[in-house]
Amino acid sequence: MDTTAVAQTGTEGKTWGGGNQPLKASYGKLMMWFFITSDALTFSGFLAAYGFSRFKFMDEWPIADEVFNHFPFLHGTDAPMYYVALMTFVLIFSSVTMVLAVDAGHRMQKDKVVTYMALTILGGAIFLGSQAWEWKNFIKGEYGAVETRSGKILQFLDTDGERVSVEAFTPVAERTRETHQAKNGLWYSSESDLIAYDIEDLKTAFKQDETLLVRTMELDDRGKKTVLSREESIKMLDERGEHIILGANLSNNEYGAPLFADFFFFITGFHGFHVLSGVLILIIVFFNVLIGTYEKRGSYEMVEKVGLYWHFVDLVWVFVFTFFYLV
Amino acid sequence: MAHDTTHHEGTSKRIWQVFGILSLLTIVEVVLGIIKPDFLVFTDFVALSLLNWIFIILTLVKAYYITWAFMHMEHESAGLRRTVVWTGVFLICYLIAILLIEGGYINDVYTSGHMTWDF
Repeated sequence: MDTTAVAQTGTEGKTWGGGNQPLKASYGKLMMWFFITSDALTFSGFLAAYGFSRFKFMDEWPIADEVFNHFPFLHGTDAPMYYVALMTFVLIFSSVTMVLAVDAGHRMQKDKVVTYMALTILGGAIFLGSQAWEWKNFIKGEYGAVETRSGKILQFLDTDGERVSVEAFTPVAERTRETHQAKNGLWYSSESDLIAYDIEDLKTAFKQDETLLVRTMELDDRGKKTVLSREESIKMLDERGEHIILGANLSNNEYGAPLFADFFFFITGFHGFHVLSGVLILIIVFFNVLIGTYEKRGSYEMVEKVGLYWHFVDLVWVFVFTFFYLV
Repeated sequence: MAHDTTHHEGTSKRIWQVFGILSLLTIVEVVLGIIKPDFLVFTDFVALSLLNWIFIILTLVKAYYITWAFMHMEHESAGLRRTVVWTGVFLICYLIAILLIEGGYINDVYTSGHMTWDF
């Protein structure tokens, strides 16, 4: 085994020279474990911070089932969890193909390593695409909401308890003005796209439609959001409604507490970035396998190392899935 | 590199077995998450509902299988295993305990303090 990846340093066999393996794992694998441990702590920090904010806003946190209920080609159907469950399966299965690639590497079967790694890369790519779609839905939003002056969110229901979108009951106003763009007006300022109606139009329309009710963020003791009576709804909207929110960004979102969207973007984004870099590393190692680098080296340990990283990414997703979508 | 073939048939079988376990646990989680049986949601046990306890325990079981079987932790030396697992478990428990207690405290301040946060 003189043909390892590590250059010879002349200190092999000496205790502190890196030559012997006190933990019976090679230098590279040990370093990967170091990295994984520290990265696990980073993710734990994020998830614990999410838990902190959730405990802080325990009585008004958005209900995940209502936020993530889209499924491709099933428009308007309430499909909580199915999509994210599918994503979880894709990732678990790509983990299985990865471990099969590592196993084939132990047996020095190059062809099998190639096949299984290709499947793993495919799984990673599907997962990334799914996550992009999930983000798109989250950012776009579905119903829209009104933010009060204290930063709380008011959502709209009809008398059957079904959600009603802001667009559906607010008519487009006559007096719309053009969006101010930096190239046409003051070059140092710009604004986001104006919507065709504003909060006053919404308030008027709400008062006219007898079937509409307001739902606040507050959760009752059955874990349901509080629905106000018609009179309370009008009063609440009139006195406290400040502006309309469509979809989600880093400063506010139609689902509830602003921190909810911040954590969603940050945690799933950071995880997605790990998946992306995992896919890139897998592709590099895949081509190395193809041109026979590890065959010549006499060991497929590199596949094993990238495998460790890939399984770690899967492991993190298992926790993100639980704490973001289930609990 | 001279592994015997029986060992390899064993690892292959183990991989599919673990995949089966992980899929089953995920399906149980998803089904429970969709149905949300009332008696699990509204029965509390040590500050958490039974449903959340089930989710968290199943997640930890899944984490165990991924680390032990897929990441080959079960074949590593005890020294490496303890270095990674104990460090992680200890620090993560510490982090969670501190942050969740503080989060709960701030929630108390919000709900029983002398200021209104909803105006």
